[in-house]
Amino acid sequence: MSATANRRPIFLTLYSALVFAFIYLPILVLVIYSFNRDGVGGFPPRHFTFDWYRQLVSDSALWSAVLNSLYVAAGAVVVSLTLGLLAALALDRADFPGKALFRRLVLLPLILPGIITGLSLLMFAVASGLGRGLTAVFFGHGTALISVATTEIFAGLQKLDRRQEEASLDLGASPWRTFWHVTLPNLRLSLIAAGLLIFTLSMDEIAVTFFLIGSDNTLPQEIWGRLRRGITPEINAISTLILLVSIILITIWYRLRTRPEHSET
Amino acid sequence: MTAAVQSSPDAVLLEVRAVSKRFGNKDVLKTLSLDIAQGEFLTLLGESGSGKTTLLRLIAGFEQPTSGEIWMSGARLDTLPPYNRRVNTVFQQYALFPHLSVSENVAYGLRASNTPKAEIAPRVEQALTMVRMSDYANSKPAKLSGGQQQRVALARALINRPQLLLLDEPLSALDANLRKEMQGELKSLQREVGITFLFVTHDQEEAMALSDRIALLKDGDLEQIASPREIYAHPATAYTAQFIGQTNLLSGTVRSGIADCGALRFATHAPDGPALFSLRPEAISLAAGAPQIPDASVFRAIIRQQFFGGSSELLELNCTGNQTLRARIDARGPLSGEHEFVFSASSAIPVKP
Amino acid sequence: MYSRLYKLVISLPPLAWVILFLLVPYALMFAHSFWQVTDGVIIHSWNLQQYKELFSNSLYATVFFRTLRIAASVTLLSLLLGYPLAYFLSFHAGQRKELLYQLVIVPLWVSYLVRGYAWKTILGTDGVLNGALQYLHITHEPVSALLYSPFAVILMLTHIYTPFVFLPIYASLEHIPRPLLEASHDLGANPRSTFFRVVLPLSMPGLLAGATFAFVLTLGDFLAPLLVGGSSSNMIANIVQSLFGAAYDWPLGAAISVFILIITVSLLFFTERLEKRWTFQ
Repeated sequence: MSATANRRPIFLTLYSALVFAFIYLPILVLVIYSFNRDGVGGFPPRHFTFDWYRQLVSDSALWSAVLNSLYVAAGAVVVSLTLGLLAALALDRADFPGKALFRRLVLLPLILPGIITGLSLLMFAVASGLGRGLTAVFFGHGTALISVATTEIFAGLQKLDRRQEEASLDLGASPWRTFWHVTLPNLRLSLIAAGLLIFTLSMDEIAVTFFLIGSDNTLPQEIWGRLRRGITPEINAISTLILLVSIILITIWYRLRTRPEHSET
Repeated sequence: MTAAVQSSPDAVLLEVRAVSKRFGNKDVLKTLSLDIAQGEFLTLLGESGSGKTTLLRLIAGFEQPTSGEIWMSGARLDTLPPYNRRVNTVFQQYALFPHLSVSENVAYGLRASNTPKAEIAPRVEQALTMVRMSDYANSKPAKLSGGQQQRVALARALINRPQLLLLDEPLSALDANLRKEMQGELKSLQREVGITFLFVTHDQEEAMALSDRIALLKDGDLEQIASPREIYAHPATAYTAQFIGQTNLLSGTVRSGIADCGALRFATHAPDGPALFSLRPEAISLAAGAPQIPDASVFRAIIRQQFFGGSSELLELNCTGNQTLRARIDARGPLSGEHEFVFSASSAIPVKP
Repeated sequence: MYSRLYKLVISLPPLAWVILFLLVPYALMFAHSFWQVTDGVIIHSWNLQQYKELFSNSLYATVFFRTLRIAASVTLLSLLLGYPLAYFLSFHAGQRKELLYQLVIVPLWVSYLVRGYAWKTILGTDGVLNGALQYLHITHEPVSALLYSPFAVILMLTHIYTPFVFLPIYASLEHIPRPLLEASHDLGANPRSTFFRVVLPLSMPGLLAGATFAFVLTLGDFLAPLLVGGSSSNMIANIVQSLFGAAYDWPLGAAISVFILIITVSLLFFTERLEKRWTFQ
């Protein structure tokens, strides 16, 4: 490397450390105070306790919200993966009028503020008679997260070795057989990675959900509602658990993505 | 095994003083010393891993020596950062700035040293003319071929009038014909401009064609440094003899001025005892029809294989005792069977193992 | 290699979904913006009333410009934090580069709500920060301006979007071939000069992408003001959200949403052109 590597730039290193601290400190504070007996604020935290976590266990409203979130997330994963796979394939292999517009539309929810996606779907839900509720939320997550699936799977397709498919066709297998036995297995990692990411994002989603939710709350919505009523470290506790699960899932996702490619026969 | 450093009569521009470089636990350069003369075309030749590129980078300033010093024009060089050295580099992949046009690339060094604006444009034009790239002044590097990019890289370096120009295998990415053409251009450019060139390559033919002197590196040591003719005619070690050109290595014993190497016996000045000799294939001729020479040594051998090479033939010979030799003779049609061969004893050069 | 049937099968379902759940809803929203509300009921009479209201009532302009200021601040601060971090990781992190990269990426995907909530607990008058300041005797009473202010919104959103801005900048920097830096030094430019003349221009696509992302998402954010902003920090999306809630005026809300949508799409289009100009592959 160049001579710049020979002297560690002190200011830059310090600055970067500070940025890291900025990114992590609030999260650390959150976690620490979930064990604090005396509330979410004040300094320093004095009395260590597991009480808030214990309270979580018996909080039935919370658990039914978790269950709702799981339903929606599972559904979102299925829908997003399926449609994302097809969309990625279509972008990769098919040509049709309006393809450029299609690509932009599919990727739009990624970059648009959630309120736009949420409200437009709300109007649709009302107009179509579907109404607010978990089903509407499900459609909302599905729509918003197809873009994520498409991007991940498309990247996986790019790494795919076309010649395996060509070999399969050459050997007499039909396109469908080729798809099931050659294409799909090679995309396995991409699909799993995409699925993990979609699951995590769906469980944490709040902006789109905000407008489509009915009487049954998802987990983020439940937490949001409690914030209005008054905050206790119980919210810290559930947040810490959410953090933990998300971090685990995202780390697995990251490892899957950056695995060196190996072909499967 | 190092040969003595040969000092040339010209003024010395760069001195590498006992420089070593260690990466992790690997010694890439081992206490290497050499001098580069003012105005010469010196080539660092070696296999990959020989340390030639590392030495180049140390001189350029991209790495620091683990020990030792580098001096240029009487001043310490290795303590200076690369942007303060009067040294410029032509990179292997050219490293042209993709976001700048050809003339902006070439002008880069002048702008960096705060050359007055009025001076920049004419100098850029002159530099581009010198490498015949004037027509491409406003093109972006991405639009240029390999050979064209190379010329721009040359102009970009030379325009700064460095005391020393470093070239890191600049021709290895080009195809064979273009390579030959560029070799010629480089040589004449160096003569014209008079700047000292330090050229790195693994191609010994290229080294011999271009250089005033060749420094052969092996595993971080300086194996031999001499002019191409000198190094070809008088290789100091077996490695040198085999790396530069082709050779036959004859091992045997010397007794009272006679070397005994299997099927070959010849007079030699080497001291008594075990010895190793280098005998070039072109030194061996067919005895039949060969002119008389005073120190001729003959031997019989069977022609095992014959490779036609246009103007010459390469013969693989089998002597008594299963000794294999290669001989290069003038083209004369297919041959076979046993023949008598002759070579001049003085062309068997004693080499260190 | 792919039959027409194959292509049809893979294109139709996503196309159908996109039309049904993206195009149609946008069209509906667009339509709503031309309707109006009378006595709590939406009347489907076509008019430009909402847009007139939007552009004549200075309230919306005030809030919109406040939103722009907040979005610009968040973008600028995220760049100031994210760019040097990306630079450090790309050029100076050595062995730990991969690990540090993961450490930056992971918070990116972790719940927005959780991170926003963290700031709420930190910045309040009874919050962690005030507690720490008083404990350390830096202040003697709680600083109330921390929470429920545009400052808090900017702080929270900068925290959220710094990793988002980091990502494309890091990718851009990684793409810069290292020999280019060596060449720059070799030609006489010191590290500072090299940064401005080589690194920064070549990292522009990443920088633009990251900045656009942060700006656009902040522009349409309504949760941050609700969490930590208080009424003095209402952003344009909050107005929309209340129009779809208690203030019940869907057509007006739709008009503002369309306005946000147009601004966003124009911005995206514009930066995409800019990114192309700065790409030199």
